[in-house]
Amino acid sequence: MAETSTEGRGTIEALSLVPKAVARQSMKDFKSDQEVRWCPGCGDYAILAAVQGFMPELGLAKENIVFVSGIGCSSRFPYYMNTYGMHSIHGRAPAIATGLASSRPDLSVWVVTGDGDALSIGGNHLIHALRRNVNLKILLFNNRIYGLTKGQYSPTSEVGKITKSTPMGSLDAPFNPVSLAIGAEASFVARTVDSDRKHLTEMLRQAAAHPGTALLEIYQNCNIFNDGAFDVLKDRQSAEEAVIRLEHGQPIRFGPDNARGVVRDARTGDLEVVTVTPENEADVLVHDAHAASPTNAFALSRLADPDTLQGTPIGVFRSVDRPVYDTQMADQLDAAIEQNGKGDLATLLAGGDTWTVVG
Amino acid sequence: MTSQVSSPAEQADGAVVGEQRKPAGRKDVRRLDRVIIRFAGDSGDGMQLTGDRFTSETAAFGNDLSTLPNFPAEIRAPAGTLPGVSSFQLHFADHDILTPGDAPNVLVAMNPAALKANINDLPRGAEIIVNTDEFTKRAMQKVGYAASPLEDGSLDGYNVHPVPLTTLTVEALKEFELTRKEAERSKNMFALGLLSWMYHRPTEGTETFLRSKFAKKPDIAAANIAAFRAGWNFGETTEDFAVSYEVAPATQAFPVGTYRNISGNLALAYGLVAASRQADLPLFLGSYPITPASDILHELSKHKNFGVRTFQAEDEIAGIGAALGAAFGGSLAVTTTSGPGVALKSETIGLAVSLELPLLIVDIQRGGPSTGLPTKTEQADLLQAMYGRNGEAPVPVIAPRTPADCFEAALEAARIALTYRTPVFLLSDGYMANGSEPWRIPELDELPDLRVQFAQGPNHTLDDGTEVFWPYKRDQQTLARPWAIPGTPGLEHRIGGIEKQDGTGNISYDPANHDLMVRTRQAKVDGIDVPDIEVDDPHGARTLVLGWGSTYGPITAAVRRLRAAGESIAQAHLRHLNPFPGNLGTVLRRYDKVVVPEMNLGQLATLIRAKYLVDARSYNQVNGMPFKAEQLATALKEAIDG
Repeated sequence: MAETSTEGRGTIEALSLVPKAVARQSMKDFKSDQEVRWCPGCGDYAILAAVQGFMPELGLAKENIVFVSGIGCSSRFPYYMNTYGMHSIHGRAPAIATGLASSRPDLSVWVVTGDGDALSIGGNHLIHALRRNVNLKILLFNNRIYGLTKGQYSPTSEVGKITKSTPMGSLDAPFNPVSLAIGAEASFVARTVDSDRKHLTEMLRQAAAHPGTALLEIYQNCNIFNDGAFDVLKDRQSAEEAVIRLEHGQPIRFGPDNARGVVRDARTGDLEVVTVTPENEADVLVHDAHAASPTNAFALSRLADPDTLQGTPIGVFRSVDRPVYDTQMADQLDAAIEQNGKGDLATLLAGGDTWTVVG
Repeated sequence: MTSQVSSPAEQADGAVVGEQRKPAGRKDVRRLDRVIIRFAGDSGDGMQLTGDRFTSETAAFGNDLSTLPNFPAEIRAPAGTLPGVSSFQLHFADHDILTPGDAPNVLVAMNPAALKANINDLPRGAEIIVNTDEFTKRAMQKVGYAASPLEDGSLDGYNVHPVPLTTLTVEALKEFELTRKEAERSKNMFALGLLSWMYHRPTEGTETFLRSKFAKKPDIAAANIAAFRAGWNFGETTEDFAVSYEVAPATQAFPVGTYRNISGNLALAYGLVAASRQADLPLFLGSYPITPASDILHELSKHKNFGVRTFQAEDEIAGIGAALGAAFGGSLAVTTTSGPGVALKSETIGLAVSLELPLLIVDIQRGGPSTGLPTKTEQADLLQAMYGRNGEAPVPVIAPRTPADCFEAALEAARIALTYRTPVFLLSDGYMANGSEPWRIPELDELPDLRVQFAQGPNHTLDDGTEVFWPYKRDQQTLARPWAIPGTPGLEHRIGGIEKQDGTGNISYDPANHDLMVRTRQAKVDGIDVPDIEVDDPHGARTLVLGWGSTYGPITAAVRRLRAAGESIAQAHLRHLNPFPGNLGTVLRRYDKVVVPEMNLGQLATLIRAKYLVDARSYNQVNGMPFKAEQLATALKEAIDG
């Protein structure tokens, strides 16, 4: 059941079928010859650099790595990776990647998507990829706005947001991507922030090591249409107050001098933030990312104030072992051969009742 | 007793063996050249199974045959109602036949609704076997019979056999420990036994089938077999059935070989497995359940030991998306659907056009628009397949012509997709998909070689001498681009739906490049190697009938009738609808009149008129059913004379 160590957990299992690189790799090996065309100052640059910087650590043959994206600013990502890649159509990347990953267990398949791509037009494919637990690593760049179409509200925009398409304020209640993923039976859900290279890299590491679908929500700044959306989580001083760093096996504490902590309200069963005192210190919740029940992970995903982002947890909310779809699909093929022998076409075609006409 | 003698028009379907009495014991045996039987009952009465079994017996006996299952979209429509009637028509003969037949010689009606729904299709003199047990006042009122049609004289022109099928079945099964309701369920097997006696069908196959179907419930198997035998014995002993019929095996109709009966969807599924083997590529099916295509998903999911991966997606879009992903990875990728599904897949088909990856899109057409008539046939997706995408997005289109032909059509679709690196439409329809006919099982060495060569290394030298891989550098002959699959070192590349620079495949917004790429994609499809269309024109006719898809059977039957009546008419049938065969324009211009019968409002005719400026005339039917040969013959006669 639940394991206790997170470091390198599952690495061998998750990537065992992907061939290893022959030579030592560097970040440069993963940069394509294409000019990067995001707006200057876009958070996507930091994420690209972090991914390119992390890839050599995996040590996989880069011809066995594929990045698949949908449509939107973030979905240009594959063009900049010197791996195989497909820039597909709006919202469909998880479906396309599912076909690729389930037919090619020797590939490491990554999906790059945005809040509009993954949660609006492609919401159906996202939840079904998560419940199937296909061996995909989904990087969801969440900037809470539509960038490529020049600034309409997205499914993660806050209620009342004034945009080009909502001059009197958005009426839509937003999705919480982490809550949605947990509800969709995701086996791995994490959140990070574009500007925190170290944390982002650690989340990539854990996602890569996870067997099955890993969803990593990356808060990403769109400096043109939604600038500063996550400043409260980035500014050193405000971040200390606002960010809860989840670490498996550790008490969930944050704030200056770790003065704040997350406890369960005995009356409602819900989680709440309290000031830690010697009396309640023992009640502070110890984070268990591998808990079989998604209850605490879900409750943690609801802690943050959706408008102010105060109390935003980052890190791995949930990481549990579940059967992996593509592995099981391959197993069924093997089992069918074991049971019935390798398919013989002549026998198949001549099956059923036959009769012979002689000359 | 009225005997079944083929009408002169029907005799034109082929050589006729005249009626001949043969005394067999105390009952007469008459010889027929062909018979059309329709089993009709409630959708819960097991009529499809009964029809399937009679078909298998008939196939095993060696007749030529053609079937037409016809059932409601509802799984269990309200019992005893007209919309709930499910039927199965079978035409079998001692010679080569082409259609399930226009009008049944025999109707088995399991209830008043089945009688009412089908009586208008029966010619006078036809035999009707009715289950009298179901003709209660209430059941008759339900379908609007004020008086019993069995007694009011309205069936006087027919040869009616009133049989208490339910009572006889229950009686025959009284030794089994079954409730009355359970015993009644076997009445279809009683009817099958009776018909099997009437037409001298072999019975071993059905008994073996029942034993295997109910292997886990031996009591039910035994009860069904008992009912089946009781039906046979009833025919043999009762006075009401004084005559039985022989339809000799169609020894002359078939070339030498081993045969089996096969439906269109099964043949199509086998064709895909065969294409996978011939291409030496794993088969990947991404699909979402939809009538009448789901049977292909069911069938392929049974063949995992052939390396076949079937993926039941969350929706139609994911079905084709997963298939396209698998195609990128080097699988022979397929998606199966019907018209509404094609509408949802259109954007991904456009992506496949842009990515230039092989992909088969199998559309089992049904009545439209929207949900339309899910279980009825139509050919109205042709223009959707041709043009139903944004931008200039040419896709090759091919269509099988009969159930068995779906096998070869699948191989041909795979050939085009793999050779030209393109999505390909395969347009079958509900009639072909569910209908069946004998199929000569091919030898494996008759199958085409579909092997492909994946890109292995650089294909271009830059000015500075550097060897590079260009994903959109084309084969000069086919204009196909290289298929470089992930896992191939040194060929890492990125492709997408944004316009690409010729050669490099990099994003390009250059106007001249876009113009070139649009024209090149079109030229690639236009240049697909397609065999010339063959014309059947023994007498130098002035009128040509041109068809496509499943109208082949009815059109050919109609043409035979006309020729037998001394008319002169030429016939040609298209397999390739995009691109058209190179000689099609020449062929069309050779005739004074071109008639195009279609189960739509003239879609092929529109294409023909646009491309060749030929005054093609449409003859259309969109009632969810295949053309009847006689009606088509009349229409063609009018065209010849008009």
